[in-house]
Amino acid sequence: MIAFLIKRLFHALLVMFVISIIAFSIQDNLGDPIQQMVGQSVPESEREALREELGLNDPFLAQYLRFAGNAVQLDFGYSYIFNEPTTEVVLRHLPATLELVAATTLLIVLLSVPIGVYSAIRPRALLSRFFMGVSIVGISIPVFLTAIVLIQLFAIGVTWSPFPADSVWGSWLNGLITTEGGMPAYGRGDPVHVFGTWYTNFASTEGLIYLVLPAISLASIMLPLFIRLIRAEMLEVLQSEYIKFARAKGIRLGRIYFLHALKNTMLPVITVGGVQIGTLVAYTILTETVFQWPGMGLMFLNAINHSDIPLIVTYLMIVGLIFVVTNTLVDLIYGLVNPTVKLTGKPA
Amino acid sequence: MKFKRTLLAAVVGATMTGAALLPATASAETTLRMAYDADPVSLDIHEQLSGGILQLSHMTHDPLVRWTQDLEFEPRLATAWEQVDDTTMRMSLRDGVAFHTGNAFTAEDVVWTVERLKRSPDFKAIFAPIESVTAIDDTTVEFKTAEPYPLLLNLATYIFPMDSAFYSGTDEDGDPKDEIVKNGNSFASANLSGTGPYTVVEHRKGVRMEFERNPNYWDSESPGNVDTIVLTPISENATRVAALLSGDVDFIAPVPPNDLDRVRESDAAELVTMSGTRIIFFHMNQERVEAFQDPRVRQAFAYAINQDAIADRLMKGFATPAAQFSPEGYAAHIDSLERRYDLEKAQALMDEAGYADGFEITMMAPNNRYVNDAKIAQAVATMLARINVDVDLKTLPKAQYWGEYDDRAADMMLIGWHSDTEDSANFHEYLTACPDADTGAGQYNAGNYCNPELDTLVAEANLEVDLETRAAMLQQVEQTLYDEAAFVPLHWQDLAWAAAPSVNIEPVLNVMNFPYLGDLVIDEE
Repeated sequence: MIAFLIKRLFHALLVMFVISIIAFSIQDNLGDPIQQMVGQSVPESEREALREELGLNDPFLAQYLRFAGNAVQLDFGYSYIFNEPTTEVVLRHLPATLELVAATTLLIVLLSVPIGVYSAIRPRALLSRFFMGVSIVGISIPVFLTAIVLIQLFAIGVTWSPFPADSVWGSWLNGLITTEGGMPAYGRGDPVHVFGTWYTNFASTEGLIYLVLPAISLASIMLPLFIRLIRAEMLEVLQSEYIKFARAKGIRLGRIYFLHALKNTMLPVITVGGVQIGTLVAYTILTETVFQWPGMGLMFLNAINHSDIPLIVTYLMIVGLIFVVTNTLVDLIYGLVNPTVKLTGKPA
Repeated sequence: MKFKRTLLAAVVGATMTGAALLPATASAETTLRMAYDADPVSLDIHEQLSGGILQLSHMTHDPLVRWTQDLEFEPRLATAWEQVDDTTMRMSLRDGVAFHTGNAFTAEDVVWTVERLKRSPDFKAIFAPIESVTAIDDTTVEFKTAEPYPLLLNLATYIFPMDSAFYSGTDEDGDPKDEIVKNGNSFASANLSGTGPYTVVEHRKGVRMEFERNPNYWDSESPGNVDTIVLTPISENATRVAALLSGDVDFIAPVPPNDLDRVRESDAAELVTMSGTRIIFFHMNQERVEAFQDPRVRQAFAYAINQDAIADRLMKGFATPAAQFSPEGYAAHIDSLERRYDLEKAQALMDEAGYADGFEITMMAPNNRYVNDAKIAQAVATMLARINVDVDLKTLPKAQYWGEYDDRAADMMLIGWHSDTEDSANFHEYLTACPDADTGAGQYNAGNYCNPELDTLVAEANLEVDLETRAAMLQQVEQTLYDEAAFVPLHWQDLAWAAAPSVNIEPVLNVMNFPYLGDLVIDEE
């Protein structure tokens, strides 16, 4: 266990190193940050002075070594647009993203398991087919489109009246396809302060309302995947000998499905889930942009638009760290669910 | 899909009951919730010369004079001005004005502010003509220029007096409070005291900015009745419009061209558009392409490009087609200059110049800087194909584009330009003057057009204090640039704002795009 963690620590450091090298070597292609910092009519001499001051004229190796030297002391430099240490900027934006991801994960877990299991147990039921059909649509619609549709439907509202509005049945049908609007279209509202830079949306009804639409859009990309995955795995498990045997023995169906079968179904789902949480963090860039959710994704896009190299590098490294940490956690959970898995990889 | 909707409706319905409880209750306070595409980079109004900073300046400070909607000067902190001699201007300042801190505003603050502007990397170039500023007494300042300078009042629109006592001394880190820091924190980038209608109460960068009305604001005649302003940056166009249409915000800018109709037709919003002063045009690089040295070829290009089609169809009317740099209201604007679109004439000119079979050129344009910039470039490329010019077009995000632009990396390059001084001479100085790295002239002249006579004429115009004579000189420059087809003008990019019907934005808007929010009136229900 300890050996495993130490190995993972080295793993993490290696990932950080590689990311920093890559991020640093593409910086020349990210554009000139000076352009973003000064007005259009500022003379070249002023720009040159600023470039010199920021050390952008030094050779690549010198710049990298300076960065790495500071990074070892957890100093990742100053953000050009925020004028603050990049770690502070990222950490300030982190809670918003984590909360969004948490809400989304919750949504996915709560919906995918029952739907997946149901459609595996009753594969031919009408409802199951319907779920499968919808999930295909869900997978194929890009997340920002889902987000914009959600905003139109539930933030602005749609009034549609193809049916005669003066008749009772007509206005009832119209009412069915008309949406009210009124949901917040952007941002986090006024989140409650917890401590430090952490403001939470989970502590008030208002905060939760602000979470609904962004979390649904973010979930829309992953939910179908998990439903289909759980269904497929569950179907396979249900075919296996031990389930047939358990059934023959007359064990209650509920026990068979939710204890024996589901546990084995979840193994691959957890593996995929761990990887997908990382992907979810990446997808927050799109969702946060559409909803102006003030998290890391929005910040990252902003940093790219302004060629804020220190901030871009820091973001990439922190996301890299998140990937490593989630993968480590997944492996640990994996060991808990299936004790035959040996973490260090040595024979038992 | 239908199920998805029902499912959503259920989730949303459950939360909606909560939504109804949200603070919809109108308080005695009048609040304006507005969304711009970005928030100001800093609270230090001398840190960057940009639209965002100028918008902030007009909220928290007052200029000495400001522009009206017709591009006339309106007195603010300066109540009167008088040209003492060719190089001296004396200004009387408003009495009884206080800064947010309570310090009285005096002539010394103006002197201090101008001296700080002359140290600011972004502003020092435009303030270079001012040689000295002296406080004659508490309410009089005297500006001296080395040479006669006709644009002193234009410069005065950039002088937003800062509270010199407040910015004096050192902060807790021991740094001088008045230092201007481009990258890093400074006292001035986080603290602010001006004379303006609003004070900054909260600034969470990139998330939210809150302003409160200055209770001691000097302008008691201003009809403005907004007590609190909450500014949220919403960079995504669709979301900004949605926020307005759903009633989450009361005022947005800019309105993206694709959503103009939607906003216009909505009952929830009112749209205001204005022809802007930012010219969008193409440079033709004479150094890279020999053919461009021939004025007939440049004219042929001008005749081949249909500005009206671009403005009507591509920009959906959200642009004013142009034949020159200067928009209406600028000194050098010539009413009679017509757009030339005439394919036959274009082809004839190409034949005459010996390029009947055309040639190949490269073209570059940004794809996220100006409205529809990449599409405009594509349209122009297609139009040029009709006179047998093959265009190899490359579009880049703005972060990368400007580096290429500085390197003059393509034969034709797109750029948009707004004159910082709202004056025509500025166009020529940056865009068509003979490039000179030492003086900075022609810094953005990617066409390498060079006509020393025009440079002399503009230099003389800049010493001409009689504004009519000066306008005639600048018009001559504009006419020559047109005749020689020094560049291909496309259009002036229009401006668009939208607000809830109860918010009367029209009277406070202007072509420079800094709304005078201190004078904004919101109808009480």
